[in-house]
Amino acid sequence: MTALQPTLPTADSTPPTDDIDALEVGTTATTASKGRSRIPWRFLGGRALFYLFTLWAAVTINFILPRMMKGDAVTAYLARNRNISPEAADGLRALLGLDTDKSLFEQYIDYWSHLIRGDLGVSLLHGLRPVTEVISQSLPWTIGLVGFATIVSFVIGTIGGAIVGWRRGSRLDALIPITTFLSTIPYFWLGLLAIAVFSVNLRWFPIGKAYGVGMSPELTLEFVGQVIHHGFLPAVTIIIASLGGWMLGMRNMMLTVLDEDYIMVAQAKGMPNRRVLWRYAARNAVLPQIQSFALSIGFIVGGTIVMEMVFSYPGVGKLLLDATNAKDYALMQGVFLVITLSVLIANVLADVAYAFLDPRTRQTGA
Amino acid sequence: MSLLEFDSVTKVYSVRGAGQIKALDDVSFTLESGQTIGLVGQSGSGKSTIAKILTQLETPSSGEVRLDGSAIPRRGRGLRSYRQQLRMVFQDPFASLNPYHSVRHHVERPLRLDHVVPAVQLDGEVRRLLGRVRLPESVADRRPHELSGGQRQRVAIARALASRPKFLVADEPVSMLDVSIRLGVLNLLAELQRDEGLGVLYITHDLATARHFSNEIIVLNQGRIVESGTADDVILRPTHPYTQELRAASPDPEKFFASASGSGTVSAPATAAVSGTEGGTR
Amino acid sequence: MTIVTPPTPRTRLGSAFAMFRNRKSIAGLLILGFFVLVAIFADVLAPYSPTKVDPTARFQAPSPAHWLGTTHIGEDVLSQVIHGTRGVIVVGFLAAIIATLIAIVVGVISGYLNGWRSEGLSALTNVFLVIPGLPLIIIVASMFEDPPLWVIAAVLGLIGWAWGARVLRAQTMSLRNRDFIQAARANGEPLRRIIAVEMLPNLMALIAASFVGTVTAAILGLTTLSYIGVIPVTTYNWGTILNWASAQGAFRQNQWWWYLPPGLCIAAIGVALSLINFGIDEYVNPRLRSAGERARAMKKKGLNINDAVTAVRTTPTNETR
Repeated sequence: MTALQPTLPTADSTPPTDDIDALEVGTTATTASKGRSRIPWRFLGGRALFYLFTLWAAVTINFILPRMMKGDAVTAYLARNRNISPEAADGLRALLGLDTDKSLFEQYIDYWSHLIRGDLGVSLLHGLRPVTEVISQSLPWTIGLVGFATIVSFVIGTIGGAIVGWRRGSRLDALIPITTFLSTIPYFWLGLLAIAVFSVNLRWFPIGKAYGVGMSPELTLEFVGQVIHHGFLPAVTIIIASLGGWMLGMRNMMLTVLDEDYIMVAQAKGMPNRRVLWRYAARNAVLPQIQSFALSIGFIVGGTIVMEMVFSYPGVGKLLLDATNAKDYALMQGVFLVITLSVLIANVLADVAYAFLDPRTRQTGA
Repeated sequence: MSLLEFDSVTKVYSVRGAGQIKALDDVSFTLESGQTIGLVGQSGSGKSTIAKILTQLETPSSGEVRLDGSAIPRRGRGLRSYRQQLRMVFQDPFASLNPYHSVRHHVERPLRLDHVVPAVQLDGEVRRLLGRVRLPESVADRRPHELSGGQRQRVAIARALASRPKFLVADEPVSMLDVSIRLGVLNLLAELQRDEGLGVLYITHDLATARHFSNEIIVLNQGRIVESGTADDVILRPTHPYTQELRAASPDPEKFFASASGSGTVSAPATAAVSGTEGGTR
Repeated sequence: MTIVTPPTPRTRLGSAFAMFRNRKSIAGLLILGFFVLVAIFADVLAPYSPTKVDPTARFQAPSPAHWLGTTHIGEDVLSQVIHGTRGVIVVGFLAAIIATLIAIVVGVISGYLNGWRSEGLSALTNVFLVIPGLPLIIIVASMFEDPPLWVIAAVLGLIGWAWGARVLRAQTMSLRNRDFIQAARANGEPLRRIIAVEMLPNLMALIAASFVGTVTAAILGLTTLSYIGVIPVTTYNWGTILNWASAQGAFRQNQWWWYLPPGLCIAAIGVALSLINFGIDEYVNPRLRSAGERARAMKKKGLNINDAVTAVRTTPTNETR
C-alpha cells in the first residue's frame, strides 16, 4: 500500500479537533503531542536521582563496615592512643560506632552530622592530623596521574580501534590480540617488570615515589621535571595495560556500525572516506564507548591502588593500603568515602557528556 | 456455534512525555464461528491493538469482550479456558517461533498445556497437525532457521490449531511472505476455516486479499470503525471517503500499462482485484 | 521432498556447544584444560613439596634439580607454581559461578518484569556497579584473620555479579517483546516456563561470555589481592608467590626465575579465557568474523572494501557465464 493521507472524515465519525498529520506523528491514533527540548532534563534528572541514591548507599555501607568488625578491635585501637583530644575522641566514637549507649539510628544521625560538617575523624597513622587534611594532600597525585593516563589511554584506544575497524582485514588486525594480551597481564606484574627492566637494569627511571627524596612540592621547573620523570613509568604502564580494552570495544562497535545501510549511502553519495570514517561511523560507534568508560571508572580506581603500591606513589590508594595495614580505621573509612565520591562525580560527568552526544536522549515524544 | 463479541472497546495508552494516545475508540463487532471478518486499515490504525486485546495481552480501558455471552475472566481457570478457544497467528514468521526450539516443541507445547490428547498420543497428534498444514513429518525435528518463510508460517498455523480453538486471529499472516506463496497460505487458512468451522479475524492492510478471504469487512481508521458490511459491499460500493481512498490507492496493473502506453501521463489507477465482477474468486 | 535424517541427541548436544566450535575457542579451552589438569594433579606433578626448605640451595637459578630455581629459603619454585594453580582455579571458578547465578536471577527477572520491581533491581545492580570494588574488598578482607578459600570466592562473587546482571537485563528486555514470547504468553504458558524454557536458551551465549569474563576478573582480583597482602599469605596462589618474591627483592636482584613464571601463568590463563570469549563473540555477532574475511577476499581481487566506487574491468575475465 502506498503511503496514504486520507482526508479527515466528515459526517459519520467526528475525530478529535487537533489538526494532526498522521505521517508525522507516525500513528493515526489521536492526541499525541511532541515535546522539544535541547537539554535532556528527564534523562539527567533520572540519573541524578540514581547517583544520590548510590551516594546514600555508599555512606551507609561506610557506616556499617566498622560496626561489623569485632568490637574489641576498635576499643583497643582507641586505648592504644591516649593522647587524642576529647573532641577528636568523640568524633572517632561517632564514626566508628563505639557509642554503645546510643541506638543504632541515633548513631546513624550522628554519623551524618559529622560528615556534613566535614569531620572524618583524625588519622592515627599520620600524627593525629584530620583525615580530611591527609586525604586532600594525596588526592591530587592520584587524580593527576590516573586521570591523565586514563584519558590518554581512552583517546588512543578509541582512535586506534576506529582505524583498525575501518581497515578490517589488513595487518592492523594483529593489534587486537596484542593489546588484549597486554590487558590480561596482571597490572601489578607489568608494573614490577617495568621497574625491573627500566629502573633497576637500564636506570632510565627512578624506582618509585612521585618526586625525589628531600624535595618538597613547589611550582618550580625542576620540581615539575621531577614529577614527570617519576610519573612516566606508572603512567605508561597504566596506558599500556588499559589500551586493549578500549581498542577492542571500539573496533567491535565499528564493525557493527560499518555494516549499516547509512554508511553505504554515505559512500555511494561520494563522501570522502575520511569523513565517512570519522563523522559517520566513529561518531556513532563511540557512544557505547562512553557508556563503558563511565562504568569502568570504578575498576580504574582499583587499578590505581595497585599502581600506587608497586610504585610507592603517594596517592589515596597507598593511603588506603597503609591505613589497612596499620588498622587506622578512621582513615580507611575516610578514603573509601572519598574514592566512592570521586567515582560518582566522574560518572556524572560521563553521563552529562553522553546525554549531549546522543540525540536519542532528547526525545520526549511517543 | 460460538459468538465472540467485541463491545464498545476503547483503549488509551499513556506515554511518558506525550500525554495520552487513544488507540481504539468505541470499537464494536461480532464474530461468529464459521465466519471470516476482514479487518482493514493502514499502519497505526489500531488493528494490532484489537488483536492484543483479543488474546488478553492487553486489557481494554473501557468496554468488554465477551465469549458466548460471558465476559472474559482476567485470570485463573476461566482465562486458561478462554485462551484455549482463541489463538493467534503472528505477522513475522521468523520472530514468532523460538529460534532455539524445534518445530515439534512449538506444536507440542499447546497440546501439553491444554491437555488436548493423552501423552501417548502426542506424537501422532503432532504428525496429524503438520499434515493438516501440508508439511511433512520430517519437518518436526528441524529448527525455524532451517525452514522457509512459508513453512514457518504453516508451523505457526499448526501451533495455533493445536488446542482446537473456535476462533483464530490472523494478524497480517502473509504480509512478510513472498507474493508468490501468499495465495497458498491464504487458501490453506480458508480450507482450515471451512473444515474446522473456525471464526477467523483476518487483519490486513491489503484490500484484495481481504475481499478474497472474508465474508464481512470492517474498515478501521484512527482507532474507529468507519465502515463495515459484506465484503463485496464494502469493496465495490464503498460509502465512506476513507474506504474510497483506500480502494483508489490499490494498484491495477492493466489500467496502469494501458494508460502508460497510450498517453504520456499516468492516470490514477483503480483496483483491478477489488473491482470487476462480483463474487470474486472465492 | 528430500529425506532429512532427524538430529540425534548427540548432534543436538553438539549444536548447543556450537559457540565453542571455532578455532579461537578451542585454543582457549585447550590451554584452560591444561591448567585445570595441573591443578587437579598438583600433588603428583610437583617434584617437591612447595614448603620443603633447603638451606643449601637458596636463590638458585634454574638447574636440572630445580627447573625453575629456588626461593630465598630454598623452596622449589616449580612446585610452588604447580600447587598455586589449585587456589587460582578453585577461587576463580567458584567466584564466577556465584556471580553468574546471582546475575542470571537478578538480570533476567528485572528484565522481564515491569514497574517498580524491575526498576528497583536495576538500581541495585547499578549501585553495585558504581561502588568501587577493590577498596571495598580490601576493607572487608582486612576484617578477617585467615579466610578460607570459599569465603574469598564468595566475596569476589558478591562484588562481581553486577556487570553480567546489567547485560542480561538489557537482553531480556529486548527478548521480552519478541513475538515468540508474546505467543507463549498468549498460549497461557506459566511465567517460570517462559523464563526457563523460552528465554534462557536464547541467553546462553551471553551467560557463557559473562561467566568467562568473571573468571578472568576473579583470577586477576585474587592474585592482585594476594600480592598486595590483603589476603593472608598462608594460602597458595601465584599472587602470594609474587608477594614473597617482591618482598625478598627478587625484582631488584634480577632473580627472573622467581618472578617471571607466576606472572606468565596468570597471563596465560588470561589469554586462554580471552580467546574463549573472542570465540563466543564471533558466534554471537557473525559480522566480527566475516568482516575481516570479506575484506581480505576483496583485497585478493585488487579491490578495497572501503572504496565507494570500483573500477570497471575493461579486459574480460576467464570466468564462464
